[in-house]
Parts: sequence; C-alpha cells; structure tokens
Amino acid sequence: MAKYLLLKHYRGAPAAVNDVPMDQWTPEEVSAHIRYMNDFAARLEKTGEFVDGQALAPEGAWVRYDGEGRPPVTDGPFAETKDLIAGWMIIDVDGYDRAVELAGELSAAPGAGGRPIHEWLEVRPFLTAKPAVTGE
Amino acid sequence: MDEALLRSLTPGVLTALVRRGADFAAAEDAVQDALVEALRVWPADPPRDAKGWLTTVAWRKFLDAARSDSARRRREDRAGEEPAPGPAPAADDTLQLYFLCAHPSLTPSSAVALTLRAVGGLTTRQIARAYLVPEATMAQRISRAKRTVSGVRLDRPGDVATVLRVLYLVFNEGYSGDVDLAAEAIRLTRQLSAYTDHPEAAGLLALMLLHHARRAARTAPDGSLVPLAEQDRGRWDTALIAEGTGILQAALARDRLGEYQAQAAVAALHADARTAAETDWVQIVEWYDELVRLTDSPVALLNRAVAVGEADGPRAGLAALASVDDSLPRHTAVAAYLHERDGDLAGAARLYAEAARKAPNLAERNHLNRRAARLNTRLRKTGGRPD
Repeated sequence: MAKYLLLKHYRGAPAAVNDVPMDQWTPEEVSAHIRYMNDFAARLEKTGEFVDGQALAPEGAWVRYDGEGRPPVTDGPFAETKDLIAGWMIIDVDGYDRAVELAGELSAAPGAGGRPIHEWLEVRPFLTAKPAVTGE
Repeated sequence: MDEALLRSLTPGVLTALVRRGADFAAAEDAVQDALVEALRVWPADPPRDAKGWLTTVAWRKFLDAARSDSARRRREDRAGEEPAPGPAPAADDTLQLYFLCAHPSLTPSSAVALTLRAVGGLTTRQIARAYLVPEATMAQRISRAKRTVSGVRLDRPGDVATVLRVLYLVFNEGYSGDVDLAAEAIRLTRQLSAYTDHPEAAGLLALMLLHHARRAARTAPDGSLVPLAEQDRGRWDTALIAEGTGILQAALARDRLGEYQAQAAVAALHADARTAAETDWVQIVEWYDELVRLTDSPVALLNRAVAVGEADGPRAGLAALASVDDSLPRHTAVAAYLHERDGDLAGAARLYAEAARKAPNLAERNHLNRRAARLNTRLRKTGGRPD
C-alpha cells in the first residue's frame, strides 16, 4: 500500500543496454514495443496495482511569475536540458520490492531487433500526506 | 441516513446469503449491490426493517446475477425460490468472515480492501477514494482477493493475529477524503473483540482508542503536526481515554501480554500525564523493553531510545540509539532531537535537515524543516553559541 512513480526519461537516464533510438527500429518493432507497454498497464489494472500512466511531449516551456499585474514570463524550450521526462506510470503496491520487480518488467519492453531495451527507469516513492496514526 | 448502521449490518447479511447456499464471492458482490442501492434509496424511503430489506435485496441481486451467469441452467431451479428464512447468523459466522478476509494467502493491501468491503460494508468507490487509487483498480484488487480465498472454507477458526494486523493497518491510514478509516478500524475492532475474548484484540482496541483520543490535538489548524509534548492536553478526548484505559487494564489483568497491549500501555501512560513534564518515562522505557522482547522490532528499539533520552537524559538516549539500525526512516529525526536536548544545536539543525530529506511523508518533512529552520535562526542570532 505504497505508491511509486516509475519514471521514463527521454534523456538524463544512464544508457540502456539495447540503446537504439526508436526511429531506427522496424515498424513491427515499434508496434511490439507499444503493445508490450499497453499489455503491462492492462495487467496491472487486473492485479489492482495500476493508478495512472501518461506520456509527455518531449518539448515544453519554462514559465515563471513576473510580478503583480504582469503576464507570466515564458522561455524555452531549451535543447540543452539534461533531464527530459518521457512519461510515467504510477503504481500502488505492497512495498518497494514489488515496485522494483514491476519496474524491471517494464524495462524489458522490446526494442531494436525485438530484444529487451533494458532501459533504466527511475523508481521514486510518493510521500504520503500524513504519518501513521500510531507513529506519534 | 445512518451509514454506520447500514455498514454494521453487512457481515450478518453476507453470512445469511452464504448460509442459504450462495458462494462467498457471489454473495459478497450481491451484498455490495444491495448496499449501493440502499445508499441510493434509503435517504428518501427508509425501510422499517433495515436488515430484512438488505437481506431480501441482496438475495434478489444474487439470484439476478446467478440467472445471467454462464451456469444459468444449473442454477435456474433455485431462481424461483423466495429467500428461505434461515437461522439468524451467529457471531461465529462474522468471526469466520474476519478470518477469511485477512487470510494469510492475501497480500496486506488485498486483505485490507476485502475486509473493508465484506466486513466493513464500505463501497468500492469509498475504499478507492480512501486509498487514492482509481475505482477500477480497487474493484480488481477486491475481486482478485476473492478469487484467492475462494477455496478457503468458512468453517475453521483462523488466526486472530492476522486479523489484528489488517485492522492496525486500516487504523494507521487515519482520515483522508470522505471515509474516516481510523473510526472504521475502531468500529471493526470493537465488533471483533465482542466476538472473541483474545486479549490482543482488546489490546488493539485500547491502543486505537487512546490514539484516537488525541486526534484533535495532533494537528494545528493549518494542518501541521503538533508533537506530543506540545499538544494542548485539554483537547484530548477524556471519554475515549477512560474507555481505552479500562479495556487495557482488563486485558492486562489476564496476564497474556502481546505487542498491542504493550503499545497501548505506552499510550495510556502518555494519556495519564496532565503535562508533558509529568510523563512517567521510566515506566514507558519498561514497556518498550517488553515490546522489544515480544517483537524484536527495530521501530520499538528506536522508540525506546527516545524514551531512554527522556528518562535518563539525552546522552543515555544517544547511547541507546547507537545500537539501533540507522536505516530506519526516523532514526535521523530521533538523533536530531536528542542532540538538540543535549545542547548541540548546530549538530541538531544539520540532522533535522537531513531527517527532513528522508521523511516518508509531507507532514513530517515540513515539521522537521521547521525545526531545522528554527535552530538555524537561533544560531545566527547568537553567533553559533547556545543562548
């Protein structure tokens, strides 16, 4: 009963074992990859562990407050951003070991040559809002 | 409408359906459907006999489902029957239901979900909201749990300890959203301890009541945590404290000590002190010694170090802390507190900041960051010397 974020990076993660960009795969390999991700999410729905999964566009903008009565300042996109999030999955599982197990499975999604990508996924626990009642 | 009353009827209706020959999974679905309908219909049109209404509607739901089931042919002859009156479900049946829902073959999160639905009478939506997951996810978790226990027969006594662990988990979730899980856990533990004379069931109930008594004082209006020593003790619920203490004393008198009774004893000693300074820390250390002996739990050892720090001074507390596993989430927070008490403000400020980075929840992180900030502000004013 703990939530974890499985974070997939466009950039910023250590290099994957099967590190070939998707545009170099065959169309069938792309389809197989997408099917794997969808099946993975569907399976987690069935086990009652799925919370959310979203993909992000690679480009965004930086936005900040610019003082009273003025519109926010926008800037970017910055090509040099080191860390770029591609998407995430949120799971609700019994503990850290299960989160790592599932991240390992997700990382085995097939890539070039139909072989697992072995990409690095970042696993981050959610902070709950409040401590346990008896933890006082 | 009295939702607590509606929920309290659930186990009885469920066991009545099982006694009439429904299998557990189908009966549980039917009761859930009947509950959802009751929540819809009762506010405008309350029934005179709530339990009779629920049983009749649940039985009809069961028959409807059985009819549309793939095995319809086999069950069709049953479909014409009116519900048989059947004997009133006994307390034992409800107890068996607790055992089934907390069966050791279930993961903790599955056992919690199934218990809340089948014994607690909460709807899937309410449970999903309380645990902040999509309703579909919670529905799957529950139906999977039911499949896991489908081969378990309801006629053998189970292990009270596994049931207590599930209820303890529910209680610790506290209050989030529209369901008060702490209050629900108390209701279910109260019901359980009426059906079994296990002293640990009483111990857990006492523990819950004594913690629940402090709830109003535990958070400031802005939602921040108020540590035990700084709580306004006038806001503690004296009726709950009296009840919890009475239940605990009766349990302890039976001389079958367990971890929940020991934890409740610590809570009772805190409740007994009119001011933080009057807390009997020497006795609290003794209860933690018992708890360590009973559970060998590193968390108990950590809490013991805090108590030793209060009873024998911060140096003694730090010495006790030295033998505690330092990978525990709150180890650094305890070290920070003991260093502060010992007058090492710079060390304490550094440790509070480190503890904040390791905090497992937002409220604690904010609390620890405020502590660090307060010490650092003081240190700047006094040029690094304790004032």
